[in-house]
Amino acid sequence: MRGKTAIKISAGLAATALLVTACGGGGDDEAGSSNAVVSIEVAEPQYLLPSNTNETSGSQVLAALFTPLVDYDADNKPVEVAAESITTTDNVTWTIKLKDGYTFHNGEKVTSDSYINAWNYGSYAPNAQNNSYFWEKIEGWADLQSEDPDEDGPQKAPTPKANKLTGLAKVDDLTFTVKLSAPFSEFKTMLGYTAFYPLPAAAFASEGVVKEDFEEAIIGNGPFKMKGTWQHDSQIEVEQYAEYPGDKPKVQGVIFKIYQALPAAYADLAADNLDVLKQIPTENISSAESDLGDRFKKSAASTFQFVAFPTYQTEFSKPEVRRAISQAINRDEIITSVFKGSQTSARSFVSPVVAGYREDTCGQYCVFDAAKAKSEYDAAGGPKKITITYNGDGGHKDWVDATCNQLKTNLGIECTGVAEPKFADLLTKLDQKQPIGMFRMGWVMDYPSMENYLGPIYTTDGSSNYYGYSNKQFDTLVKEGVSAATPEEAIAKYQAAEDILVQDMPVIPLRFGQNNFGHSTKVKNVEMDLFNRVDLMKIEAA
Amino acid sequence: MLRYIIRRLLQGVLTFFGATFVVYALMFANQDNPLQALAGERPITENVRQALTERYHLDEPFIVQYGYYMRGLLQGDFGQSLTGRDISDLLEQAWPNTFRLAVMAVVFAALIGIVAGVVAGIRRASIFDHTTLIITLVLISIPIVVLAPLMQLFFGVELKWFPATAGANPSFYGLMLPAIVLGAGSLATYSRLTRTSVVENLRADYVRTAKAKGLTRNRVIGVHVLRNSLIPVVTYIGVDLGGLMAGAIVTEGVFNIPGVGSQLFRGIGTEDGPLVVGFVSVLVIIFIVANLIVDLLYAVLDPRIRYE
Repeated sequence: MRGKTAIKISAGLAATALLVTACGGGGDDEAGSSNAVVSIEVAEPQYLLPSNTNETSGSQVLAALFTPLVDYDADNKPVEVAAESITTTDNVTWTIKLKDGYTFHNGEKVTSDSYINAWNYGSYAPNAQNNSYFWEKIEGWADLQSEDPDEDGPQKAPTPKANKLTGLAKVDDLTFTVKLSAPFSEFKTMLGYTAFYPLPAAAFASEGVVKEDFEEAIIGNGPFKMKGTWQHDSQIEVEQYAEYPGDKPKVQGVIFKIYQALPAAYADLAADNLDVLKQIPTENISSAESDLGDRFKKSAASTFQFVAFPTYQTEFSKPEVRRAISQAINRDEIITSVFKGSQTSARSFVSPVVAGYREDTCGQYCVFDAAKAKSEYDAAGGPKKITITYNGDGGHKDWVDATCNQLKTNLGIECTGVAEPKFADLLTKLDQKQPIGMFRMGWVMDYPSMENYLGPIYTTDGSSNYYGYSNKQFDTLVKEGVSAATPEEAIAKYQAAEDILVQDMPVIPLRFGQNNFGHSTKVKNVEMDLFNRVDLMKIEAA
Repeated sequence: MLRYIIRRLLQGVLTFFGATFVVYALMFANQDNPLQALAGERPITENVRQALTERYHLDEPFIVQYGYYMRGLLQGDFGQSLTGRDISDLLEQAWPNTFRLAVMAVVFAALIGIVAGVVAGIRRASIFDHTTLIITLVLISIPIVVLAPLMQLFFGVELKWFPATAGANPSFYGLMLPAIVLGAGSLATYSRLTRTSVVENLRADYVRTAKAKGLTRNRVIGVHVLRNSLIPVVTYIGVDLGGLMAGAIVTEGVFNIPGVGSQLFRGIGTEDGPLVVGFVSVLVIIFIVANLIVDLLYAVLDPRIRYE
């Protein structure tokens, strides 16, 4: 606002509240001033309730308002934050002791009940919370669900047998126990996820019923409290909570600015009207380096992209065929030409962001070698014609076509990319086991554990196993990992399981996601965590 | 006159119900799995699917869903979107932004377009005429998806003359650049239309008579020529206003204005029937009213037109 011309002055006057506050705080020369308010780009959150929020924008906002029981250290191992200790002797019964002194933003004390009530609410099926499956491992979960007797028919599903998890028990105000239905060595790791935040008594209208407008001005136990209410499609503002007993953030407040589309946010970032853009749009990746200089940052993210084989189709039933196709794909070329370096090549089945990740577990089968691929493919009698099905609404056409072209050239076969209008259509066809050929899939981590990359996607009864892949030995290893005595033992089992995948290749690993983010000149120490969220404790005014 | 207005309004009611029915039917036909669309790439658990299906009547046939929707609508309740927000709140928030944007675009386009058209018409075959021809051709041929980010980059990010994005509660100044972008295509059409009809009317007998009577040039052009030349332009502006509101989708996205365009885009993407129908209903009403106003304006411009 120190412009010389009339136009510049009026530009300053007309600018958004954000610009004004940013100028007032960070723009001045009081370096490192803790009065600064920073702005961070988000999309309009779908929900702002811990048990219902599973997309990154909502969980970014909730991360400011809530403190989790555990957070993750540099090695992605869980460390206690709101919890004093989380202990177990048998991996079945877990005792969670809370730190004293934490209060909700309305002054209410955080107690064991805050957790127990929130978790019961989240897992009760009629509440239809998106994260309800996170409590699946806790004893009594099944009784909170109900089966629709005639699938999608006219009859309503009956009320579940119970509305409280039997596995949750209060010991005293700051201690409670969680009993799992089966041993799970990494339960502590799960507790860092959004779903496991507590809720204050003020959230409930009556027992088990959350107030309808609670989301509009949500009350948490975190370092920031909501300022005003959720201004839909506009912004969500939070400010430091004075009574917060933990480490103080280095900024006074955060404005989560809501954008309808990423390119608009990029323009604001380039004009210095926005402090942090969590995801630089692909079309701007190539110019980001010159636009932002060293304010353009990259870090590992948890997403994993792959193409899968319907192993129930005879032409793809041989592992040799699948491995040969994998060898015929030049991953690095696609990343440079299609993704402009915004993702990284995947040569393992688990993401680099989890403990136990090993580089290049896939070995020779993920190394591009056209000649070898062709001879092995022909020897194994692979199909002459293949298709790669993808969802047309996800921007996958370019890389699928590029992959197909590589297969055409390198294997001498016919290959076409087939678009299904929506991801849901793709899933429906897979559920009905229709012969759709190869198809694209992706995975976003729920909690940082190898198990989350292996169990749901490849075990015989895994919730996202769409390929009909089934290997007894693999199932056993994952199961042994889950019930192992220590996380280290678990990792050893998981790694052995991953080695089986390399031999069987039910899917071809292609790419790991990457956070490509940028920040303005007004902030520094901008870091992204494993869940594509800006670390609000580290960010500070420049 | 009054009878004419009432008749037109009654027709409007029919159009309204017809249009909402068709839009609802289309949304329903296109809808295969709105809950999955909402969840994006994640599979939804069976229990969540069940509970939400029942809450939003997704398992009922189309006509029953439409019945639920209409029953609510007649009681003044637009229903809830699939994310649980009241659609009336969404409408209340989105319409003013889009309306302001569209009106600013029309005013901007009409002011410049008509003036340029009149001047070009009077000075036919002059340099000015040729220049406007070229400029309008260029404006018409650049699609808005190219023009909008280009203007934003140039005037918003590089020169910083305007804010790069307008935001949720845009100021008049913040809306200026988006309005210019949105109005650019219309501007070209207005000026071409005006030019053609001015050229035509200048040759008309009544203009020759007026000149022969010794009226000043200003009076001849300002009153006689302009008044008749504006009839086709005004017709077009009326229709265009509705079109601009519906078409603001790109501009709103580029300049981050949470308006009708962005909500409709989201609603279609998530197969959110009630949301889309709610917005389209209001759009229909605006079309009807805008066209009624245009028809009434004819009488002002041309006293020979009478309404029965």
